Amino acid sequence: MARRVLVIEDEPNIIEAISFILSRDGWTVHTHADGVTANDKIRTTPPDLIILDVMLPGKSGYDILRDLRAEDETAALPVLMLTARGQARDREMAERLGVTQFMTKPFSNAEVLESVRALVAD
Amino acid sequence: MPQRQLVGTKIREQRMERRMKQADLAETVGISASYLNLIEHNRRRIAGKLLSDIAQALDVDPALLTERTENAVIDQLHALAAAVPEAKAEVARVDDFASRFPGWSALIVALQRQVDHAEGRVETLLDRLAHDPQLATSLHEVISVATSIRSTASILVNDDQLDGEWLRRFHSNIHKDSLRMAEASRTLVTFLETPDADVSVLSPQEEVDNWLEQVRFVLPELEHADTIEPPAGIRTPAAKALLAEFSDAYRQDAVALPMEVFAAAAVEADYDPVTLANRFSKPLDLILRRLAGLPLGQGHPEFGLLICDAAGAILRLKPIDGFAPNRASALCPLWPVFAALSQPNVPLRPIVSMPGDQAVRFQCYAVAVPVGDVTYSQPARHHATMVVRPTSEAEGDGLPVGPTCRICPRADCTARREPSILG
Repeated sequence: MARRVLVIEDEPNIIEAISFILSRDGWTVHTHADGVTANDKIRTTPPDLIILDVMLPGKSGYDILRDLRAEDETAALPVLMLTARGQARDREMAERLGVTQFMTKPFSNAEVLESVRALVAD
Repeated sequence: MPQRQLVGTKIREQRMERRMKQADLAETVGISASYLNLIEHNRRRIAGKLLSDIAQALDVDPALLTERTENAVIDQLHALAAAVPEAKAEVARVDDFASRFPGWSALIVALQRQVDHAEGRVETLLDRLAHDPQLATSLHEVISVATSIRSTASILVNDDQLDGEWLRRFHSNIHKDSLRMAEASRTLVTFLETPDADVSVLSPQEEVDNWLEQVRFVLPELEHADTIEPPAGIRTPAAKALLAEFSDAYRQDAVALPMEVFAAAAVEADYDPVTLANRFSKPLDLILRRLAGLPLGQGHPEFGLLICDAAGAILRLKPIDGFAPNRASALCPLWPVFAALSQPNVPLRPIVSMPGDQAVRFQCYAVAVPVGDVTYSQPARHHATMVVRPTSEAEGDGLPVGPTCRICPRADCTARREPSILG
């Protein structure tokens, strides 16, 4: 069974590009663009990995991550966080909340692919 | 002691300009000619009623006889020495320096003001870069689009197996993103190149304070009208909002206690706030604010004013000679305005004494009152109001107070927070 990745991002063209490269690599890709309902989506369609943007409409990626870590079912779920803000305090905030990996935009496709493969071991 | 020298010298100059004999002036104000001679030669300190009487006899504004700038310059030189201790400025001789080289002193203070303004401007711009929502949105847009273009272009270049449908979609995406990038870049450049007319080198509070100090907190137009036009010095929207807030409060005071009536009563009551509060059946804090707004040039003493909240933050400040707290520095906690906060609604009237050779003394009146709506769930907030008036009355030594710890010489002060640069 193909491993599932959920991309939570509100930029449609970024979603399309990431979905394309991950699909080509054999992943089943689900996408979601709204912050408020993101945790519901995760509960109903549990992925093996989440790619999570920080600035989302309605609820930030930090808040989504905090809620994820507070629930037993998702406390250990790998999360690759993408952000346009690469300042140390943003990275520290993400690490404090339990992010698995932090990546700043604009990233390369190869970086994303390499990280996703590394975060979900066979 | 430049302030004393100047007051005495100025009295002498004004008297001689009027070809008035020393004995005649002395008789008019009820002192001996020999005592006036000591004053004119700066060997006796003068303030309060005697200064007012002499000014009246000479038909000049008392402010003309006192030299605000001298003490202000000395205070600023002290503050500068505190800020740059490695320079090892001879702070003990600052009075002598300011007196002997007034031009150089003014130049130092002016240069420091320019540095402060430049630093303020940098801080404002940095704050804008860090927190401006328009800039943050523009940058986010640029980075998002750049990410999309980079990712999509990478697929187009590296994947030679793309079918026609994917090729068409990615080309279309890049085209749309390029248009967005052009727009986002334009917005960003426009933002960064916008003439910085709205980036004031002063904080909004400083804009208002500077203007209020220029007019000495006296706003005759608000005695009869609800609003005033923002003057030229008030430029930013935030400063205009602060001024409007101040105007509303001032106007409420003016309506509650018109200045014409109040000023006449103040003279009769010898400017005693409690007498005036009882006479008009008005709150004491209102009386104190009205005293600080007495018109200039009519023989009234000039009162300094300080209003603070329970955190000690200065909400309103009218400095006068010898009383010029710095908003940026924590004040000496011994000023009666802070004691008033611990005993709301109790009027205080101590005489305080500043440190140093001049030992300037002030008659203070202070009271703290609750502000805002009463609620069950939250404790009342209090604001304390204090007016100060120079006094020469010799009733004991006066409560020792100071400017701020860094430039206060009282070594044995139990309220000291940090060492003084004065040793």
